[in-house]
Amino acid sequence: MTKLIDPQHLTKKDFETDQDVRWCPGCGDYSILANVQKTMPEFGIHPDNIVWVSGIGCSSRFPYYMDTYGFHTIHGRAPAFATGIKVANPALSVWLATGDGDGLSIGGNHLLHVLRRNVDIKILMFNNRIYGLTKGQYSPTSETGKVTKSTPFGSADQPVDPAGFAFGANASFVSRSIDTDAKNTAEVLRRMAKHVGTAFCEIYQNCNVFNDGAFDAFRGKSAKDQQLHVRHGEPLLFGESGQKGLRLNTRTLGLEVVEIGSPDASGRIVEASDILPHDETNRALGSLLASLPFGPFPVVLGVLFAELRPTYDGTLHTQGLEANSKKGSLDKLLRSGTTWRVE
Amino acid sequence: MANLAPSSPQRLSGAVVRFAGDSGDGMQLTGSQFTTAAALAGNDLATFPDFPAEIRAPQGTTYGVSGFQIHFSSEDIFTPGDAADVLVAMNPAALKTNLKDLKRGGLLIVNSGAFTAANLKKANYAANPLEEDSLSAYQVVAIDITKHTQQAVQSAGVSNKEANRAKNFWTLGLMYWLYGRDLTPTLDWIQSKFTKEPEIGEGNKLALKAGHAYGETAELSHFRYEVPKAVAEPGLYRNIGGNQATAWGLVAAAELSGRPMTMGAYPITPASDVLHELSRHKAFGITTIQAEDEIAAICAAIGASFAGNLGVTATSGPGMALKTEAIGLAITTELPLVIVNIQRGGPSTGLPTKTEQADLLQAVYGRNGESPLPVIAAQSPANCFDMAIEAVRIAVTYMTPVILLTDGYMANGTEPWKIPDVSSLPKIEVKFHTEPEGFHPFVRNDETLARAWAIPGTPGLRHRIGGLEKDYASGHISYDPKNHEKMSLTRAEKVARVADSIPSQTMTEGPDSGKLLVLGWGSTYGAIREAVRKARADGLEVSHAHVRYLNPFPKNLGELLRRFERVLIPELNLGQLSVLIRSRFLIDAKSVNKIQGQPFHTDELGEHIRSALGEMS
Repeated sequence: MTKLIDPQHLTKKDFETDQDVRWCPGCGDYSILANVQKTMPEFGIHPDNIVWVSGIGCSSRFPYYMDTYGFHTIHGRAPAFATGIKVANPALSVWLATGDGDGLSIGGNHLLHVLRRNVDIKILMFNNRIYGLTKGQYSPTSETGKVTKSTPFGSADQPVDPAGFAFGANASFVSRSIDTDAKNTAEVLRRMAKHVGTAFCEIYQNCNVFNDGAFDAFRGKSAKDQQLHVRHGEPLLFGESGQKGLRLNTRTLGLEVVEIGSPDASGRIVEASDILPHDETNRALGSLLASLPFGPFPVVLGVLFAELRPTYDGTLHTQGLEANSKKGSLDKLLRSGTTWRVE
Repeated sequence: MANLAPSSPQRLSGAVVRFAGDSGDGMQLTGSQFTTAAALAGNDLATFPDFPAEIRAPQGTTYGVSGFQIHFSSEDIFTPGDAADVLVAMNPAALKTNLKDLKRGGLLIVNSGAFTAANLKKANYAANPLEEDSLSAYQVVAIDITKHTQQAVQSAGVSNKEANRAKNFWTLGLMYWLYGRDLTPTLDWIQSKFTKEPEIGEGNKLALKAGHAYGETAELSHFRYEVPKAVAEPGLYRNIGGNQATAWGLVAAAELSGRPMTMGAYPITPASDVLHELSRHKAFGITTIQAEDEIAAICAAIGASFAGNLGVTATSGPGMALKTEAIGLAITTELPLVIVNIQRGGPSTGLPTKTEQADLLQAVYGRNGESPLPVIAAQSPANCFDMAIEAVRIAVTYMTPVILLTDGYMANGTEPWKIPDVSSLPKIEVKFHTEPEGFHPFVRNDETLARAWAIPGTPGLRHRIGGLEKDYASGHISYDPKNHEKMSLTRAEKVARVADSIPSQTMTEGPDSGKLLVLGWGSTYGAIREAVRKARADGLEVSHAHVRYLNPFPKNLGELLRRFERVLIPELNLGQLSVLIRSRFLIDAKSVNKIQGQPFHTDELGEHIRSALGEMS
């Protein structure tokens, strides 16, 4: 079952397993898998040194299809397993596949803590706003009033926004993509691979069986004008002609949609220099971008925020190296403190 | 009392002393210093701290009383003793809650300075017991320790509050005088402990010396005792508590296996001290992760095992319940893992600071599906060291999670321990799989049935494991009915084969056949052993065996049990080992149960032995 791999020339094939992929035909997970398998060879990391970790749910079958090391664990707890793996062997490249139910419902607590600790792992959250593997109950990202098997009268829950949650948890890297958007997903994956710390990516993923079309308003080819792809240093522009953009309203401390060359609410003609440039090192801006409601605003995609700060595993490793420089003596330890001799 | 003073101390074979006071009075510290002094004097000893769950319960209340009992002797002893020969009560509440455990005629030392109207009321005394004859059954020495301490520490320049806090050292000084102990080790300890607060250190020293001097000047000589050295095997000794021994056993196992250890833990009483101790030992390749909850703690440990480290977690009561699902994953992915359960009173939050043995059936059976794993139990504080090493050995030899059961009583109790020669400890062999030829993750060792441990980063051994059932021959996901049965039987057989590498069941006291066998497990060891010894000294036909391997049992256990006419099983639960023994061996064992958050007394076990023998004759 072992195939020959040329580490200098890694290919998509090197990351494919011989297992039949068992997602429903037409599922957005296929696109994500293909994008990941296509992009990972670029990272130059031998698959022997990569571990995919997951919890439970459709997205969590992901490791079985990646020819790397893999651990399909228990519901919601993948961040804790991944933490243990990374702490035990910091040389490994550790990736985590999760979903909106696994990561934000049962596993919300662990996601919070892995993000704030900044463990050097990469997290892909497939957000389809529904429970797929249990056959169609509403999830923590489902819209209020959603009618599902478990909510025939409409869900009373109010949803959580994954990227917003990541900001609340003090994540060091927050990004967003769409399952079928190969170009943006590849760009984001490259950035995640380079980031030292917890890199979080929310991927809007269509569940064609239980929540088909959930993201049609901005996911399809015809809805490209509803997508704002952010790039560090470049103006926050979107729309068919690229003339629409986001401007900071200094009175409300919020963002507003304006159009270059058109009058704003006060009648002033908007100039190109009014459009806010993206600054991915600015946490406040990233947080604002993550929280924009779709409809009045476009969906914001790409790397919303990235900062370099010490990692949890790195700090533990350094502490360990320092302590290890004076290797402990078991004999000395057992004899430490008050002892007495019986002749 | 002055005219009674004999010229030299009375010689005793042993004594039981209990210190009791407010939880802020420093009784645990007093007790542990007194213990060190007894150890240095060469006595055999056993201790039993008993404290409330509240850190500082309201002062003067009965539920805020903290106690520390020590039994020291010139003979072999195994328990902290039943009733106390000496009770030191620092306030009315301590007297109220502890007097019942003082032997009639025992010495009662009370701090009369704390017997104020307010404190008497808090302890529900209608009248001051020191002023009436309700204590006439005891030898009462009432001293205003508060006042004496304040006078003693005046010159150190400490505040009144700090002066009051030195009461325990004054008391300790008095107790040292009564038992002829050397002050030097405690003076040295104070010196090193209070380097940053020299005035407080000085105050404590003055208090200790003043208490000691008081014994002399107040002519308390007739209460002076001498407990000679115990006979012990030659060697270097230390005093050790169960949690410390567990942690050190784990450190030793990391050394003996040559593998780094990763502990995931979440603070919980009474297990936190294992985390505290292990977190100090990075120099031994030990990493501790204080996780966000009990579940994350065990999951991080399993992740570390998957990556090739020794994964460890330690918890108690509710924490154990939370780890259940993850233990199941470790069973089905067949990863080595040590789970230390320092049992406490349950169910739910139960009695966090009190002891119990009620998690045995949970350890053996408490998971979804057929999910066998090895369960072992330590029997005394020092034995935790050996059993922690055993837990790691079994886990890595058989690629399985192992539950090590200890409990609050042995975790916090202490006993002298002959420090082992490190070079004599057997190595633990860990071998990672590296050969790609014929590899799949569930390829097994023919003898142990352990699966291959192939860690991420190994060239050419990429594989996926998880909680879904795996195909016996390839390790891939399998829903095949026959395969599931084969895997279930294999997992069970693997755990059963642990019996091939554990010692046979031996006897602790008495012959290995006869009339009555008292069978125990866990921290009841000392009480049972002492009770059986006494009964045998009285000519009763009774033996004692103590089980440390609870799943699987030692191979000879069933046969051994059948050689006795009757088997008596005392447990601090409602009969859990009894259930196991009855179901495995179809033996009509008689259960003796206590579920009061407190250990067995030797005397109560003695009565059960007598009545069991009585029923038989």
